[in-house]
Amino acid sequence: MIETFQGIEFSPFLLSFKLAFLTTCILFIISLPLAWYLAQSRSKIKPYIEAVTALPIVLPPSVLGFYILIVLSHNAPIGAFFAETFDIKLLFNFTGLVVASCFYSLPFMVQPLQSGFESLDKNMLEASYIAGKSKIETILKVALPNIKPALMTAIIITFAHTVGEFGVVLMVGGSIPSETKVASVAIYEMVEIMDYASAHIYAGIMVLISFTVLLAVYIFNHKQHKRIGGFHL
Amino acid sequence: MIKIDIDKKLHGSQGEMSLDVKLEIKEHDFMALAGESGSGKTTLLRILAGLEEAEGSIMIGDEVWQEGGFSLATQKRKIGFVFQDYALFPNMSVEENLLFVHKDKKLAAHLLDLTELSSLKKRLPKSLSGGQKQRVSLCRALMNRPKLLLMDEPLSALDPTMRTKLQDEILSLYKEFETTVIMVSHDPSEIYRLASRIVVLNQGEIIEDGKTKDILLKTTGSQKFSFEGELLDIKRVDVIYVAVIAIGQQLVEVVISKYEADSLKIGDTISVSTKAFTPTLNRRD
Repeated sequence: MIETFQGIEFSPFLLSFKLAFLTTCILFIISLPLAWYLAQSRSKIKPYIEAVTALPIVLPPSVLGFYILIVLSHNAPIGAFFAETFDIKLLFNFTGLVVASCFYSLPFMVQPLQSGFESLDKNMLEASYIAGKSKIETILKVALPNIKPALMTAIIITFAHTVGEFGVVLMVGGSIPSETKVASVAIYEMVEIMDYASAHIYAGIMVLISFTVLLAVYIFNHKQHKRIGGFHL
Repeated sequence: MIKIDIDKKLHGSQGEMSLDVKLEIKEHDFMALAGESGSGKTTLLRILAGLEEAEGSIMIGDEVWQEGGFSLATQKRKIGFVFQDYALFPNMSVEENLLFVHKDKKLAAHLLDLTELSSLKKRLPKSLSGGQKQRVSLCRALMNRPKLLLMDEPLSALDPTMRTKLQDEILSLYKEFETTVIMVSHDPSEIYRLASRIVVLNQGEIIEDGKTKDILLKTTGSQKFSFEGELLDIKRVDVIYVAVIAIGQQLVEVVISKYEADSLKIGDTISVSTKAFTPTLNRRD
């Protein structure tokens, strides 16, 4: 038993968390203006953008993975552009995984932020404009601090969802140790070679981490609701 | 002088209408804006604040806020706005709400002092009463020393005692800050106490404009006093008729003739006036 523990390779976990961290950071920056636009806009094209944004929720990961493979391949314009201009390959390496994860987890960042922004009192935002504050200042100092639960949900769910992805990662990244072999892929391979002992430990660690993260979010949101009406120190 | 000449198509409750307002307001004037709901009062305030678009021009002194295709951004118009629902920033304390507008601690302390909020300055808005919230909102609106203070039914959500107290505070702040005020209100006593001029809108157009007392006091000719009310009931008591009339919050009974009883119907808006005697006023404790 102890030998099994000692023999555990932790690099798949590190890789999973590195991927999830980078994806969350990039998606936060991309999603903030997008979610704000969707929350404020009354334009006719808004439903189209919303539908495209939500696609990764309903599409099978294999479909998403297939299109990402096609688009990022060095035979396609985007893949070729990155290969020639920056000498960056976007498939079967870590960079490719980050790009794919950003597509895959986009709705999990955009949707909570959007509904958070939509729940804000419109007059309150206008009061900030009247106070002479720009849109960016209003978003950072008025909008975001008042949607903390939504903000927290968006960040944590995006992170957890990226840690948990499997299909897209396998298709776009393959299983190169310390490069694209993340925890979920490692578990799949262990089960395939019937190494159930290691699979148990890996799967157990994943359950524990995911549960802790989700519990932390719910406790935080619960406290945020309770804080309403209290003193501000 | 503030010159407003604007035009905007609105989709009101009674179909399409056009908000068409030409107004000149003297500096430091306190103007009340009245009229039925849906007559365009709030929209007019929002256009002045630059929160809604309209055709036409807005001039504040020699400053152009709107002209032709040009419209000065809300952020650059020196205005204060008091919303009916306060619209305070829930994440900031009372003091921070004020300092967010303008980092002038002295002015903030002075305003909080005037409105008796100093002891609450570290509190979050959620823990305040309605009257306290509206005072914070009023102080916040004055933090950038606005040229134009816009108030959209600021006191309508408050109880009568709190309303009177806040009217006094609005009046003293108005005098101290020497700003021009436009206030939307439905309450004649409030308008009478605060405003010197009243403009009444109906279906997007100005139907009355003048000094508060000329328009609000509805006595004509030799009438000594006159009230407007709603006829609730006509009762026949032996040979006479008694009308029950709601005037403001009070119900009164008036003896009327058979001819009057026949010509009126329940639900009519009527005026009750007399010139035969001098009413006596007694202080109520």
